[in-house]
Amino acid sequence: MATIQVNVNGDDRTIESIDPNTPLLWALRDHLGMVGTKFGCGKGLCGACTVHMNGIAIRSCSTPVSAAVGQAITTIEGLAESSQNLHPLQEAWMEEDVPQCGYCQAGQIMNAAALLSSNSSPSDEDIDNAMAGNLCRCGTYTRIRKAIHSAAEKGGVA
Amino acid sequence: MNKDLYHYDLIPDVDMPAEFIEREKAREASKDEREESFIPRRRFLKMTGIAGGGLVLAFAISRSQRAEGAHHGGGDHSTFAPNAFIQIKPDGSIVIAAKNPEVGQGIKTFLPMIVAEELEVPWESVTVEQSEIDRERFGVQSAGGSQSTPRNWNPLRQAGAVARTMLVSAAAQKWSVDASKCKADQGYVINESSGARLSYAELATDAAKLPVPDADSVTLKERSEYKLLGKFIGGVDNADLVTGKPLFGIDQSLPGMLYAVYVKCPSFGGAVKHANLEEIKSLPGVVNAFVLKGNSVDGQLMPGVAILAKSTYEAFLAEKALQVSWDKAPASNESWIEMKAQAKELTSKPGPVAEEQGDMDGAIASASKVVDGYYTYPFLSHSNLEPQNCTAWYTDGKMKLWAPSQTPQGIAGMLSNLLEIDQDAVEITQLRIGGGFGRRLINDFVCEAAAIAKQVDVPIKLMWNRESDMAHDFYRVGGFHNLKGTIDSSGKLTGLQDRTVVFTPKGGDGKRPVRGGNIRAANIQCPEIPNVRIEAHHLPLQVPCGWWRAPGSCSLGWVYQSFIDELAHAAGRDHLEFLLEQFGEPRWLQPGQARAFNTERAINVTKLAAEKGDWGQDMKSGQGRGISFYFSHLGYFTEVAEVTVENGNQVRVDRVVVAADVGMLLNKAGGENQVEGSVIDGLSTLAGQEISFEEGAVRQTNFDDYPLLRMPAQPKIEIHWMTTDYAPTGLGEPAFPPLAAAVTNAIHAATGKRIRTMPISKEGFQVV
Ligand code: FES
Ligand code: FES
Repeated sequence: MATIQVNVNGDDRTIESIDPNTPLLWALRDHLGMVGTKFGCGKGLCGACTVHMNGIAIRSCSTPVSAAVGQAITTIEGLAESSQNLHPLQEAWMEEDVPQCGYCQAGQIMNAAALLSSNSSPSDEDIDNAMAGNLCRCGTYTRIRKAIHSAAEKGGVA
Repeated sequence: MNKDLYHYDLIPDVDMPAEFIEREKAREASKDEREESFIPRRRFLKMTGIAGGGLVLAFAISRSQRAEGAHHGGGDHSTFAPNAFIQIKPDGSIVIAAKNPEVGQGIKTFLPMIVAEELEVPWESVTVEQSEIDRERFGVQSAGGSQSTPRNWNPLRQAGAVARTMLVSAAAQKWSVDASKCKADQGYVINESSGARLSYAELATDAAKLPVPDADSVTLKERSEYKLLGKFIGGVDNADLVTGKPLFGIDQSLPGMLYAVYVKCPSFGGAVKHANLEEIKSLPGVVNAFVLKGNSVDGQLMPGVAILAKSTYEAFLAEKALQVSWDKAPASNESWIEMKAQAKELTSKPGPVAEEQGDMDGAIASASKVVDGYYTYPFLSHSNLEPQNCTAWYTDGKMKLWAPSQTPQGIAGMLSNLLEIDQDAVEITQLRIGGGFGRRLINDFVCEAAAIAKQVDVPIKLMWNRESDMAHDFYRVGGFHNLKGTIDSSGKLTGLQDRTVVFTPKGGDGKRPVRGGNIRAANIQCPEIPNVRIEAHHLPLQVPCGWWRAPGSCSLGWVYQSFIDELAHAAGRDHLEFLLEQFGEPRWLQPGQARAFNTERAINVTKLAAEKGDWGQDMKSGQGRGISFYFSHLGYFTEVAEVTVENGNQVRVDRVVVAADVGMLLNKAGGENQVEGSVIDGLSTLAGQEISFEEGAVRQTNFDDYPLLRMPAQPKIEIHWMTTDYAPTGLGEPAFPPLAAAVTNAIHAATGKRIRTMPISKEGFQVV
């Protein structure tokens, strides 16, 4: 058990008495009460748990919280500048009505945001390749692709 | 002709969970007039010979809704709440209740849209609130069988219209004019003589004092007057979803809550002999561990070990360290490989005749061509992306549950037996559900959470991991069909025989099929075939089965629609023309019976799909086009798939064209999302999904050995809606069944190879 300091969405947070091997996913959900990041497979297979570490999309289920120390973690709760000023992807997701059950969508959006920050006008193929690690059991892929294009057109890097 | 095979009163559970059928029967018995309400008005007039108007087709809004006082709601006497669904406050805020569980089918949005349409308010002014569970006030609250749309269509329209009528009356009284001179318009009542307007907010207090009119007495809007229904309206939770707000069962948290796992025998039905509980209790973070005996009732509580820890991670770690010696005497010892061999052997021989029409033997004897095909498909898992979970707190004699359940109303009764608590002591909060597909019609995980919570004095959140989710599902049943079709010298289909296996729950009566396991001649959906025989070998099954998206139809649609293509080829006929011939004349096999096959609707969607899908147009070599139709859950769907096959086995599905008739589309956004999702789901399952088991235990564990379709494999999807004047019906299921045969027929067109085993990876194909 250890006390761990992590920076999440710009805030330094202290987690008391946590096993340093605890996946970042569960540190966020159980210890910090940030439940926007979701658990789907626990094995890096579905992408539901995607967050950013220094702007790169990672699978928080397969990243120990100890590896997040000293890094900048961004979760779905911190993607928008403010509740008035959402990320273009979040806007596009609503415009296209992407979600069905919605469970995968936080991970999809975080993964897409990382894509747009490295490729501001991705092709269909770029999107498919970048998003291939994110499963949607409800099958919203058509709309995800559309929403990424539309966010990109509106200058999606935010 | 064919009256018996296609008599739909006799085949309720082809499509619908048995529990629902019981309710449906009760409703029919109580003269709910559901079928009448389903008939388009002009047809009903024609059928019954009643001329002129004045006929109220709507079925009664339930008594309880009527009983709702106009003054209820928010404890505020000026709030206008004429029924359980609507509250209008003097400040102008309008709250509409969403009654049913949201699993991704969009119901939290489109049921309130129905109310808002009739209430005649702008959608932007509406706040939707998830209702509590209360059968008295909200009627049936469930998410399954694509039933919510047809079931709620009339009551919710009436709920809105009752409120609108009262607001208009209140305005008319204020102006001392006749109500017929006033008109509701988007949150206002307009005095048509003077042009004066009063907002609903201004009228709420007065309207609340008026008697609530009988729901059957109010006038519903004509479809041509709709302003909201049919539009593209995004989901009401979208803003919360895209910003990561807590919404789902898994997001529930309570002060002092412990995290629980529950470990069951990998072989279905095994009991706990011994477990290393003391060792588990000494692990970091673990607070408690104990054995639950369970009642071993299918769908309730199986024996297992509960572990309670301070975090999910610690509970999962403890689960890994748990060692149980299982008593496998009561457990399943079944093997999928052996089952396949046994079924093949069985279905090679004549079996008990389940249904018969005409003279199948005669058809075989006189046929100019006899075609045989042996079709098999595997068990499937639901694999909701949100694993099963439930939060429970047993406190002050009350069992409080935060349950992502598709059938929340079934919980209290179940728990009162299981845990010996009063039904009234069970309180359920509905939470958004991360995928249903029929999995959460069964409340096993709720039983587990409640049983664990009963043992401790703190709230607990039961959390399944992906592996336990895959190992303890209620699976889509696998199947085996030894088919024979006969063609006469003119190329007509004269007979179809299916020697199949019907699984029945082990220890049951040996007759009633497992959930979703009924097989009926009507599933062939070709009423013109003169000679038909279904021979059903019965086999007991212990592997738990459940309702999986479009139960029955999800697999039978593929089998029969693929075999019809085989027969068309054998007859040297065009598949489209051959398929249309099987529908015969445009007619409703049982007029007025919503569940009964309507060949007119089948013909129309099939022609539309063919046209939009370029049926008959040339394709490049290596490409193929397939068509398939299915009618399920009251919806008519024909789909055309276009594929390119490279390197002999790499299948790229380029385009899927869908033509649909569900009466009318209520929400273009959510409705089309369901169709797109069904197409993707259809591809997922046919590409490589299979649940197999050895010694009664499932072998697949996670998304690496049970793959879901990934984004690069998505096809272009085009949807075309036929708007008909039938009552709108559900979309959670009916777009799924035709997809598989459209694709496998297209693969056949491209390669000449007929796929008779699912998933297609078993036949050497790969979806790319
Ligand atoms: S939960 Fe992390 S990838 Fe699935
Ligand atoms: S929207 Fe349900 S899993 Fe993606």
